[in-house]
Amino acid sequence: MEKLLLEYLPILIFIAVGAAITIALVIVPYVVAPKSPDPEKLSAYECGFNAFGDARMKFDIRYYLVSILFIIFDLEVAFLFPWAITLGATGVFAFWSMVVFLGVLTIGFIYEWKKGALEWE
Amino acid sequence: MILQALAFYLFATVLLASGVVVVTSRNPVYSVLFLILAFFNAAGLFVLLGAEFLAMILVIVYVGAVAVLFLFVVMMLDVDFAELKKGVQSYLLPGLGIGGLLFAELVIAVSAHWHFAPHAVPAAATPKGLTNTAALGHILYTDYIYYFQAAGLVLLVAMIGAIVLTLRHRDGVRRQKAWTQISREPSDAMAMVDAKPGEGVE
Repeated sequence: MEKLLLEYLPILIFIAVGAAITIALVIVPYVVAPKSPDPEKLSAYECGFNAFGDARMKFDIRYYLVSILFIIFDLEVAFLFPWAITLGATGVFAFWSMVVFLGVLTIGFIYEWKKGALEWE
Repeated sequence: MILQALAFYLFATVLLASGVVVVTSRNPVYSVLFLILAFFNAAGLFVLLGAEFLAMILVIVYVGAVAVLFLFVVMMLDVDFAELKKGVQSYLLPGLGIGGLLFAELVIAVSAHWHFAPHAVPAAATPKGLTNTAALGHILYTDYIYYFQAAGLVLLVAMIGAIVLTLRHRDGVRRQKAWTQISREPSDAMAMVDAKPGEGVE
């Protein structure tokens, strides 16, 4: 347990150094930089016009579809990792168990391919 | 050991603080970004428990995928959140009351009646010297095969559901059909016409 956590110590140090640099870069300008605030500096600049509206806009729902399909295959791959490293010990049963799992998802994959969900028109 | 305790309190504090910011932030995009920070800290807590695989899955799936989905939804909905939050004053008191009641129930349940069953074995993240990922692999695909296959079916339902709900084909869009495009012959597309002088070609 201790040994395992020691392996993660460099990552912790990395995060600490990264956080320290980021916080310093956010705080130092407050102290050092000259300030002359003006509301116009914060207003949106649109080629000389007044801003038409809000920066929010509607996305096409197909972005959502693509990312949800990505998540599903992402999870499928995540299930492969423990299977792959223990296949020698768990044997044939675990192998076919995973083949059935992949088969079920392949049915979904064929469905989405035939439906044209992967196409961008 | 002291470093471990320090790391635990750091991760737990940042996790709770970013959770509070997720709820109270005015800008929903900031809420999602703080949700990502909360996920990272939860992954840190999992690593401290020795559950490496879960920590990495949390980073890959939740930070990499679910948070992006949330960002999409937040941006896609085009909801004026400032408008929505106007009613918060009137709901504040009942909300706090219900929250306090639930918290009190939790405190009472945990402090008075919470104990381990005598036959309960504390689950080890890394039993018998196996790594955490290998320990999961030893039981997930054989002992827990029904749950594993059920997970596959849930993913299938999610896939089909997302397609059924969101996919709509537009008419009049010319899609790329690689096979028909490359198998086109000159004879399909061209014809030699003997046009006489003074007459056009049909």
